[in-house]
Amino acid sequence: MIISKQKPREELFEQLDGVNSLFLIGCSACATECKSGGEEEVFEMEEWLTSLGKAVTGSIVIDSPCNINRTARDLRSQRQQVEEADAIMVLACGAGVHSVAIKSNKRVIGALDSLFLGNTRRIGKFEEKCSLCGTCILNETGGICPATLCPKGLLNGPCGGMEEGKCETDRDLDCAWHLIYEALKQQGRKNVFTRIVPPKDWRKKKHPDSLDTD
Amino acid sequence: MSRLSDRLSSGQFVVTAEIAPPKGIGVEEIFDTVSRMEGITAINVTDNQGANMRMSPVAMAALLVREGYEPVLQITCRDRNRMALQSELLGAAQFGIENLLLLSGDHPCFGDHPETRPVFDLDSIHLLQVVAKLTEGHDMAGKPLSGEPPRFFPGAAAVPEADPFELMFQKYQKKVSSGTRFFQTQAVFNLKKLENFMTAARPLGVPVIAGVLLLKSAGMCHFLNRNIPGVTVPEHLIERLEKASRPREEGVAIARETVNAIRGLCSGVHLMTLGQEKRIPDILENNHIEW
Ligand code: SF4
Ligand code: SF4
Repeated sequence: MIISKQKPREELFEQLDGVNSLFLIGCSACATECKSGGEEEVFEMEEWLTSLGKAVTGSIVIDSPCNINRTARDLRSQRQQVEEADAIMVLACGAGVHSVAIKSNKRVIGALDSLFLGNTRRIGKFEEKCSLCGTCILNETGGICPATLCPKGLLNGPCGGMEEGKCETDRDLDCAWHLIYEALKQQGRKNVFTRIVPPKDWRKKKHPDSLDTD
Repeated sequence: MSRLSDRLSSGQFVVTAEIAPPKGIGVEEIFDTVSRMEGITAINVTDNQGANMRMSPVAMAALLVREGYEPVLQITCRDRNRMALQSELLGAAQFGIENLLLLSGDHPCFGDHPETRPVFDLDSIHLLQVVAKLTEGHDMAGKPLSGEPPRFFPGAAAVPEADPFELMFQKYQKKVSSGTRFFQTQAVFNLKKLENFMTAARPLGVPVIAGVLLLKSAGMCHFLNRNIPGVTVPEHLIERLEKASRPREEGVAIARETVNAIRGLCSGVHLMTLGQEKRIPDILENNHIEW
């Protein structure tokens, strides 16, 4: 899931200069789970905007605004309310904001900061375990990703800052390589560790990336 | 051939020390410090140490060469991608810099530019392999270098006191197989751990230069333990400094004892004297008790 959180209200406030009316778009998938752009948050945003004297012409929570065609269709279904607004505020990740931006000629205000691809620890608590590098090495690291869990992304073992298995950047955080070592030990595959992992090919993480499964 | 490599290969005990390039462009003070370093084989030049931005270590090391000193150029993977690392290394070779200490680098969160984007395109293992390739006349992409290939004497860092030992030692072995010719260690305080480490490291045949940090006070120890990754000053040494009437002298005594213990274990010492360079002769003095 894409983890996102709302921008601070002060930052959003600065975007509202000269904007008198808005149409709001939320996301029923990731942003709902993150409590950053679901029904409830869209409603709260509407209340805040109204309290600032802005008109909210309408709102819709789209099933995954990152789906470009679905977003276009939903925008068409609300054509009149969208037309009345000076700007569209999108409570979805950057991908959702993009869909709206290319399928409407209105000014678009992104209300969230998109953070990472997250695992859910429990409701409302998310952790980054994979950073989508494009050349996965998990088969050699016991299923634990050093490119993500090590703040330096070191591919060949711990740095000199590891102390008692903890990370130099935060003593409450396990060193990624300690986790990998423990996992491989348990799996009886410690020798995997002795292989030198070559540098990453960053072409595999090119921007903008695309995939066509046809 | 660098003096460092000569001495290490002939089995002479070496002493290295370190300086940081200036935060600015004035180097008089540094040369003043360096001129007070006696009995030193080579001087490490740190690279934005602790992730604090300073003058380029290549420039500083080149100045040392020009003045007749032998540097050990430290290069980290934190601030440069693979292209910048290679061009920096070629530049260093052009200035006659041979000794290298190849490091991953402290994370930017420790330094004065915490907002920066950490690079870490390569890690220290990759960088060792890159240096080996350059000395064979090729860049990392396999493209030939023009003219004479650069000459380097590459070294890497080791942390003898790291826990878990086996995990740290796997990386140590990777560094050996990636072509490191010597090791310099993080500051060592626990001689028992150093002994165990050397028992495992010695058969691999790469000389180890053990780090010795000159302690000044108990307060400094607490600071190091809290803030410096990989450094742990044990309680009994802190206590000695606390009880001493002249803590600075006690610090020199501790350093001297450590150096003497290291003489029997390692190929040399790396002194971190942090502004107290004039005490180097006292630290190196053979500690025979005279009656
Ligand atoms: S190596 Fe890590 S970041 Fe890359 S794809 Fe695998 S889990 Fe994700
Ligand atoms: S302590 Fe471990 S996780 Fe932290 S930066 Fe070093 S290698 Fe990476």
